[in-house]
Amino acid sequence: MEGVEKIEHVHGHHVDPVVEYQSLKFGMWLFIATELLLFGGLFAAYTIFRAKFPEMFAEQHLELNKTLGALNTAVLILSSLTMALGVTSIQRGKPKRLALFLLLTILLGLAFGVNKYFEYSAKFHHHIYPGTSIFFSLYFTMTGLHMLHVFAGMALLTTMLVLTLRGRFSDKYYTPVEVSGLYWHLVDLIWIYLFPLLYLIA
Amino acid sequence: MANHTIAETITIPYLEEKGLLSWLTSTDHKRISIMYLLSISTFFVLAGISALLLRFELLMPGKTIVDAHTYNVLFTFHGAVMVFLFIVPGLAASFGNFLIPLMIGARDVAFPRLNLMSYWIYLLGALIILISLSKPADTGWTFYTPYSIRTGTDVILLTFGIFVLGFSSILTGLNFIVTIHKLRAPGMTWHRLPLFIWASYATAILQVLATPVIAISLLLLIAERVFGIGFFDPAKGGDPILFQHFFWFYSHPAVYIMIIPAMGVISEVIPVFSRKPIFGYKAIAYSSLAIALISFFVWAHHMFVSGMSEVAATIFSFLTFLVAIPTAIKVFNWTATLYKGSIDLKSPMLYALSFIFLFTIGGLTGVFLGALAADVHLHDTYFVVAHMHYVMIGGTIMGFFAALHFWYPKMTGKMFNEKVAKIAWAFVFIGFNVTFFPQFILGTQGMPRRYADYPPQFHSLNELSSIGSWILGIGMFVMAINLLRGLFNGEKAPQNPFNSLSLEWQVPSPPPHENFEEIPHVTDWTYGYGKKSA
Amino acid sequence: MDTKAHADETINHITPYRIYVLVWVTLMVLTVISVGVSYFHFGIFNIVVALAVASVKASLVALYFMHLKYEDKITWVFALYPLGLLALLIGLSISDVFFRAVVSP
Repeated sequence: MEGVEKIEHVHGHHVDPVVEYQSLKFGMWLFIATELLLFGGLFAAYTIFRAKFPEMFAEQHLELNKTLGALNTAVLILSSLTMALGVTSIQRGKPKRLALFLLLTILLGLAFGVNKYFEYSAKFHHHIYPGTSIFFSLYFTMTGLHMLHVFAGMALLTTMLVLTLRGRFSDKYYTPVEVSGLYWHLVDLIWIYLFPLLYLIA
Repeated sequence: MANHTIAETITIPYLEEKGLLSWLTSTDHKRISIMYLLSISTFFVLAGISALLLRFELLMPGKTIVDAHTYNVLFTFHGAVMVFLFIVPGLAASFGNFLIPLMIGARDVAFPRLNLMSYWIYLLGALIILISLSKPADTGWTFYTPYSIRTGTDVILLTFGIFVLGFSSILTGLNFIVTIHKLRAPGMTWHRLPLFIWASYATAILQVLATPVIAISLLLLIAERVFGIGFFDPAKGGDPILFQHFFWFYSHPAVYIMIIPAMGVISEVIPVFSRKPIFGYKAIAYSSLAIALISFFVWAHHMFVSGMSEVAATIFSFLTFLVAIPTAIKVFNWTATLYKGSIDLKSPMLYALSFIFLFTIGGLTGVFLGALAADVHLHDTYFVVAHMHYVMIGGTIMGFFAALHFWYPKMTGKMFNEKVAKIAWAFVFIGFNVTFFPQFILGTQGMPRRYADYPPQFHSLNELSSIGSWILGIGMFVMAINLLRGLFNGEKAPQNPFNSLSLEWQVPSPPPHENFEEIPHVTDWTYGYGKKSA
Repeated sequence: MDTKAHADETINHITPYRIYVLVWVTLMVLTVISVGVSYFHFGIFNIVVALAVASVKASLVALYFMHLKYEDKITWVFALYPLGLLALLIGLSISDVFFRAVVSP
């Protein structure tokens, strides 16, 4: 992550810690804007195809496992909670508690991934692939791209965990933790829309 | 670097340290800028040579040097490399990187290491695109489906390379937005910012918000070829025109990613060489933002004859006219700045004036094409080719050349030969017009674009156009030699050879590593020409 | 590092654990509601309810978990602008896709 070593970095003298904190957070919000529009293309495709083929969506979404989807939603929302609690912990100067919450968050991300793995294998078992129909192509591309973001978020949080264990963060310096948290919440945010759009079509 | 003390790094010129590795690992925005400049120039030369080959093929009817398939490959290469490797990163990444921190009074960009990473990602993308040449794509730079799904050429690698370049573009834009927001020197308020900064800011917004849409459309195109997901395949219920919507949702704003920084350059050059304050500062500043906003509303004017609905075509045609307004505001204000100025026709100014003249032609012919009824006739003819090149070469590249000659002394610490620069300009200006003006006429006569051959009645104008391309090529060659010679034989540049009031000229040429010995306190805007001693 | 500590007190808001847990409970309740609603058939209203609930959830995540509530104006602009662009992309694409004249082969 940018900024972790900024303070001792030779070219970093121009940035005082307050500016650095604001810059990094603002930068992450811009990146979130980018991510929203990346998924935006898929949401646009979804809207158009759902309006075009309402029967296909109504029929084929029954193949998806609503229970597993709901479970994964709960897992991801819980992981967002643990992430948020982690940020408060370090703001209050409790790095050990932060490490615990980060670990929980990563494990919940992993649980999400495992769950998704079973879901995908069940689909493949029934000979459902991307390309089987427009609906399943949407299902696989949307959840697949989201899954990639879960992995990226987990990698980011693992880095944060290592840095926390090395004692890098305190109530005086936790910018990277908070900014990584923003990214993790984005992953949750996108799933909040994916779940009803794919699994809960009446 | 690590061995120097801080006091030393502030006084060492940024060019001092030698060795390739010291460049490739430098987080100094000025070094990164120079690396971009060299890379994009290399790709400009490659794509330019392919353009000369294309024009050579069109010198005479029938086969001249290449067959039809090679011709398709060549124009795909020319378009994709010019657009994605030269003109999109072009001014923003090279001059933007060099100038933004200097102009706002900062020591570097907000995220220097992210900046270096963006450059590496750019190189990686470029590398992937070059590898794709082993089985070069023949789709044109627009990759329209369904042909791009079915062609046997290597579309996947080329589009993946562009996807990677998109990342670089997004991260650069993000870096610049944060830099401009958070790192302005004390007293550098928004309304004191140089107009190049406003332009870079507008460009960066487009980079951050438009690029992800092409990223996803190219990913979907790749998924279409690998998995057959069917979004763009009518046989599976998909919609090939949807790809065009996604593509142009990015690629029209991308036109402004290419042109707005050039407009920023012109806004800097004109007042310096007219010795007058810029006229209508706020109008120019906010029109950049207006272009950034409106350019998102007009994408489908590229698709009037794609089989789009008439409802959509009418809406988009109307919206398209809106985008002409902020552009016209700029041209008006530049012209007003020139009025009664003491104009000094140095080479940067010659290119700036060429910009105004040629871009106006490019913009006005764009109005014809934006009009639904006229476009139905002119679409996919050489009229479009001429229009696009008047905007891209007449606009962006003239702006690029203006910037190159204007900031050359600051960047290199050397002067070039002004007389030779003017001769080169004359060749470029004449060559450009001889090449592309006949294409307007060819277009109205109905010659379609993207064919390797044409009926004999179009011969004389094509011949003229090809001859023009040689004049243009000679001009650019002379310019390149002149600038390269300046590096080795040029006189040492003074700190402020053109008497500019902007901050980047208040530091030595070339600037030291951390730009400013002390961060300046800004008390006035940068355009007070004619009033002070300046 | 003293400036940093000072900065945290002035510019950074610390949300108590309690608030986060409260938000989480609300999010879970909303999830149950949206799943529950999907078992009934209200026609077009199913998707309206589903999207409305999702939007409330997303707003809660953004406002509290992501601290958007305490951010400055420019962050709000860049958080909301993409949503406007997304609406534009969808809306104007639809103006094409669903208004094409039917061409008989």
